[in-house]
Amino acid sequence: MHLILFFVFAGFCLAGAVNLLLQTHPINSALSLIVVMTSLAVLYLLLGAEFLAAAQIIVYAGAVMVLFTFVVMLLNAGREERTLGSQAATRIGFPSVVALLAMLATIILHTRGLLAAHLGTGLVPATSAVDNSNLTLLSTVLFHELLLPFEVTSVLILIAILGAVALARPGHGEGTAAK
Amino acid sequence: MNESLHLWLIPLLPFVGFLLNGIFGSRLPKRAVTAISLLAPLGSLLLVLNAVAASVISAPQTCAQCGSATTSVVFPYAETVGHWISLGALNVDFNLVLDQLSLVMLLVITGVGFLIHIYSVGYMSHEEGYARYFSFLNLFLFFMTVLVLAGNVLLMFVGWEGVGLASYLLIGFYFNKTSAANAGKKAFIVNRIGDFGFLIGIFLLLANFGTLTFAEIAAKFVNSPFRLVMGPNRVLTFAHAAPLPSAGVLTAICLCLLLGAAGKSAQLPLYIWLPDAMEGPTPVSALIHAATMVTAGVYLLARTHVLFDHAPKALALVGIVGAVTAIFAATIALVQNDIKRVLAYSTISQLGYMFLACGVSAYAAGIFHLVTHAFFKALLFLAAGSVIHAMGGEQDLRKMGGLRKKLPVTFWTMTIAVFTIAGFPPLAAFFSKDAILYAAFTHGASGKILWFAGLVTALLTSFYMFRLWYLAFWGNPRTEHRHHHATPLSMLAPLIILAALSICGGWVGIEHFAAYLTPSTGKLQSVVAEANQPLELGLTLLALAVAVIGWYIAYLFYRLKPERPAQLAAALPAAHQVLVNKYYVDEFYGAIFVKPLFAISKYVLGGLELVLTGAAWLLAGIASFSGAILQRWQSGNLRSYAAWLALGAAAVLLFVLLQGTGFSFASVLRH
Amino acid sequence: MTFFHQDVPLSWYLLLSALLFSLGVVGFLIKRNLITVFMSIELMLNAVNLSFVTFAYQWHAVKGQIFVFFVMVVAAAEAAVGLAIIIAVFRARATLSVDRIDLMKL
Repeated sequence: MHLILFFVFAGFCLAGAVNLLLQTHPINSALSLIVVMTSLAVLYLLLGAEFLAAAQIIVYAGAVMVLFTFVVMLLNAGREERTLGSQAATRIGFPSVVALLAMLATIILHTRGLLAAHLGTGLVPATSAVDNSNLTLLSTVLFHELLLPFEVTSVLILIAILGAVALARPGHGEGTAAK
Repeated sequence: MNESLHLWLIPLLPFVGFLLNGIFGSRLPKRAVTAISLLAPLGSLLLVLNAVAASVISAPQTCAQCGSATTSVVFPYAETVGHWISLGALNVDFNLVLDQLSLVMLLVITGVGFLIHIYSVGYMSHEEGYARYFSFLNLFLFFMTVLVLAGNVLLMFVGWEGVGLASYLLIGFYFNKTSAANAGKKAFIVNRIGDFGFLIGIFLLLANFGTLTFAEIAAKFVNSPFRLVMGPNRVLTFAHAAPLPSAGVLTAICLCLLLGAAGKSAQLPLYIWLPDAMEGPTPVSALIHAATMVTAGVYLLARTHVLFDHAPKALALVGIVGAVTAIFAATIALVQNDIKRVLAYSTISQLGYMFLACGVSAYAAGIFHLVTHAFFKALLFLAAGSVIHAMGGEQDLRKMGGLRKKLPVTFWTMTIAVFTIAGFPPLAAFFSKDAILYAAFTHGASGKILWFAGLVTALLTSFYMFRLWYLAFWGNPRTEHRHHHATPLSMLAPLIILAALSICGGWVGIEHFAAYLTPSTGKLQSVVAEANQPLELGLTLLALAVAVIGWYIAYLFYRLKPERPAQLAAALPAAHQVLVNKYYVDEFYGAIFVKPLFAISKYVLGGLELVLTGAAWLLAGIASFSGAILQRWQSGNLRSYAAWLALGAAAVLLFVLLQGTGFSFASVLRH
Repeated sequence: MTFFHQDVPLSWYLLLSALLFSLGVVGFLIKRNLITVFMSIELMLNAVNLSFVTFAYQWHAVKGQIFVFFVMVVAAAEAAVGLAIIIAVFRARATLSVDRIDLMKL
């Protein structure tokens, strides 16, 4: 069960990611990314992070990607033209990425002591017998030890909203559109 | 017990005057500047007179144990103002020492200096830079008093250099005139050559004697196998006297000191700066280049006489230098037409006399002549200044004439000065010159040659001084002289005072003078051997006859038959040309030293410029070249930036892998 | 256990994370559309989130998951502001091609 689930949804992840690269129209890329995010949510479940799985769906797939989609539609960006690519990007970038991947893989495969994920054994509070769920554990730590960062992030979001509104208003940044 | 003489105030007052006039002078009214600049030397003079009084007046109550025959101050009187250098073997303090020699020098410096300050008030009253002039004059007084009061060679050197500086500043006082600026530079540079010799002498002294204090150096020459030394804890103990340095070393030291003295006192071969120094204002010529600064060389010789007495070869050279310079300068003075140039060469010649005196170990006679020379030479220069002032700036003798009626006071004082320098009794120089000539004659065979040179110089001196006298004051006026205003009292009073001093300055007599100076300069041998009265009388009469002959020839050439000089010059054209061009010495030095130096420095400078320009060009080139290359990195292309980012990240990760965590590819391969 | 009930080794999750990250970087490099580039960035962030969760499981540390939470929040804020910027840039340049947007001065 665990293995199947893993293979299926990891496959979806990779397929979606590759598709993101291969598609020319941004809307297609956006939809592929939604597939990736949802698959990742399932993988989180497999790893015992239920709250995060839910948050992933709600926040990422449900809000951020919708925002992306709206912007794509707003700007009416069409298919990409086939222009000359950046030579530096391909010549320097690809080997670097390959090297990066190789090194990471090497590290991962040679790390000893990694456990195996067993379905159903997530992170739960050790002490509380009544309410032992991942959510309880997470929220206990979040609202006790890390209350300040939590509040700060809410302020951050507020600032982001303000910034986004200010930037995207018509009349702001109206420079010469001719290029 | 000595009462305190506050020696440190003697240099300090002129220094304060220098600072005040130098910093605030241009903003103060003229009267304030005059007051400050006159009070300073007056204060020093009063202090010196106080020292004289204290050393003469017996004061038994200040020292009960010393007995009744003691004065308030016993010479040598030392005062240490402060610590200076204390570096291993080198221990030098600011110690001021007053003894008979320095007291005599101080009297001359502050006395004649004060008179010249008063004269300058009148002479410079219409010049701009009034405050600057007086501040420099006070600065000169400060350094000169330091030079004379110094108890060690290094402090003396400070004063030595300082008077050179003040001389440079004052010679180039009219700095807008190129010739004046050049003359200042020439004076300073030529002095520098002498100072180089002086410095080497100081180094040798330090290396061989271990000390720079005059008293300690002199003490080393006291003949005893044992001597008292100040041991640790200030306890006197007997110790073996260290062996004296060898005669060769002593000769070397003395030669170096002689070079320094020759530079400062304008002897051969370093005299060339003094005639050019006449570009400065006339009171400056009187003070610095007649009465005081140029005598510093003679003072140095007298101060270090113990060294010279033990290095007979160097002493002989001193005498030779003095005699040769005396004749040499006197011959040049015969044909000079600028009144100040005549007096400048006359100064060089008279300094030669003083060197001659030192060369025959008659230091007291040399100092005696120094004192009388200060009187009459300052008087000559000041009177010449009065003449120039009345002539509206004209200095050429050929254009003067008949001033006897127009400037009576100047005429009479100058007459006294001319007769003095010619050596007529009972005026001052008669006694001092006579003492020198007698000392030379009785100094053995070589002394007689020196004596003869001195006699010839006396003849020439008499001749050219009377020539000056006749050309300037007698006959009909050769130009319409522009008399702006009468000579002020501030200019006349010093003339009269100096004339009085020229008359009675020598009456103290060489015997008493030498006896007074014996503790500082050693016994005057020629006076000691007093048995030769007839010889002395004979030599005196001979010198007097020579002076009269010189007067007569001058009378003949410039009063009776004024066409004779031109005839003589036409008859001996080559000799005349050589004399008029001062033996071409300046041109000779220019060709041998100055031009090559210029060429070398141009060469070196050109090379340096090339190097510097090349270096600057190179740096700029590197910067712009690398900038041009690196500029391409900033393309604005987002993807290339991202690519480089990725590369960088990969590189960092690789680095960390290999170095940091202990993970190595070797362990990978082992798996 | 049967084959399909085996536990999944955590290294596989990590490998998946590394792959997704690399794909994100590649996308960043080769894509021409500004929005697509931005999406690749989001992909990278998600890959990192996966590895955080994995390690949270490994060390039984809930702080790993909390960190993922914060990453999500920040990514959301970033997406909002970034897209607003893209809109502003589009208004000025009338193009979304990355190669054409290379001057600071609008």
